[in-house]
Amino acid sequence: MKTRDLAYVALFAAIIAVLGTLPAIPVGAVPITAQTLGVMLAGAVLGARRGFLAVLLFLLLVAVGLPLLSSGAGGLAPFAGPTAGYLFSWPFAAALIGWLTERLWDRYNVAWGMAVNVLGGMVLVYAVGIPVTAAVLDAPLWATATSALAFVPGDLLKAFVAAAIADVVRRSYPVIERPRRAVGSR
Amino acid sequence: MTLALYVPRASLVHRLPAGAKLLCLAALAVALFLLPTLPAAAGALAGVLVVGLAVARLPPAVLARQARAVRWWLLALLVVHALTTDLRTGAHVALRLLALVLAAAVVTATTRVSEMVAVVERLCGPLRLVGVRPARIGLVVAMALRFIPVLVERADRIRAAQAARGGSPRGVRALRTTVAPLLVQVLQMAHDVSEALDARGADDDPPRRRRRPAPAEASP
Repeated sequence: MKTRDLAYVALFAAIIAVLGTLPAIPVGAVPITAQTLGVMLAGAVLGARRGFLAVLLFLLLVAVGLPLLSSGAGGLAPFAGPTAGYLFSWPFAAALIGWLTERLWDRYNVAWGMAVNVLGGMVLVYAVGIPVTAAVLDAPLWATATSALAFVPGDLLKAFVAAAIADVVRRSYPVIERPRRAVGSR
Repeated sequence: MTLALYVPRASLVHRLPAGAKLLCLAALAVALFLLPTLPAAAGALAGVLVVGLAVARLPPAVLARQARAVRWWLLALLVVHALTTDLRTGAHVALRLLALVLAAAVVTATTRVSEMVAVVERLCGPLRLVGVRPARIGLVVAMALRFIPVLVERADRIRAAQAARGGSPRGVRALRTTVAPLLVQVLQMAHDVSEALDARGADDDPPRRRRRPAPAEASP
C-alpha cells in the first residue's frame, strides 16, 4: 500500500467518525445514524480494499477507546452489546460495495450505485446484524427482524445519498482505478 | 471535541499492562457464557463495579454513561423475557450484558489510547509475514485522529460561507453543491498529506538505511 492509500483510508475512517456526531434518530433501542452512510461511501469511493480497511480502522479507533460511535459510545463495550453484529458487518459491507463498484466502474450511475449500496449496506448488514442481535438478546429471530424494519426507509435514503455523492466524486476526482483494463482505453 | 474515554488515576488497574486487561475482559466474557446462571451474572457485575469504582477509583458517571447507552436494550431484554420465558431469565441475560458492557468500559477508561494502539501493533506483528508493516498502523491511526477535527472545521467553513450568501441549498441539490465538493476537497487534502509524508521518507522500510550524501570534494 502506498502512503496515499493509507491517507485515504485514514480520511474515510475520520469521515465515518464525524458522521457519528450528527444527531441520531432514536428508534426504540437502536438509533438510526448517519454512520452507515460513511460505510457505504467508503466502499463506493475507495473501492473494496481501501474501503474495507477504512471501516476496519474506524472500528479499531472505537475499540481502543475513542467515543466515535453515534451518541458518544466507544471502547470495547459496543462490541459486546446487541448491535455488535452490525459493527462487525460494516467492513465487509464496504468491501462488497467496493468490489461491485469497481466491476461497474465504467457504467456507474446513481441507479447502479444505489443497487450496489442496498446489496452491501443493507442486505449484508442485516444478514449479520439481525442474528447477532437475536443471539445476544436471546430473542426470537423473527421478532428481531421485524423490529429491524424501522431501519429500511433511512437506509434506502442513505443508499441513494451515498450513490449520488459517489457519482459526483467519480466524475470529478476518481479514486478507484478501472480493474483489468489498459490505461487510456475507454 | 474531547477525544478519549481515558480517565487518568494512579491505581493498580491503570498500571496493569493493556494486554493483560484485554485478556481478563475476554476471559470474563467466555466465563459468563459458559456459566449461564443469575448469581454468576450478578457476581460478575458486582466484581466489575468493585474493580471500576473502588480499585480504579473511576467516577461513577463514566460507568453510568455506558450503562445509559444500553438502557433500552436492558429494558427490552427484561420485557421480551418476561413475556416469552420468565423474569428470572430476563434479569440474568440483562445483568450479563450490563456486566460485560461495564467491564469493557472499565478497561477503556483505565487504558490510554496509545497503549491500546501499541497492543494492536503487537497483535498485528504476525501480519508482517503477509507484507503488512505494523508501524504503518500507528501512522494511519495518527492520520485519522488528525483528520477528524480538520473535517469538522472544513464542513463548518462551507456552512458559514453559504450562510453568508443567504442560506444553503437543501435536499439533493445540497449533495451536489456542498457534500460532494467537500469530499473532493478532503480527498485532495489527503493526497497532499501523503505526498508530504513520502517526501519525508514515510514509505521507507523500517530498518532505515540512511544514505549519506557523498562527501563534497571541493569543500573549502
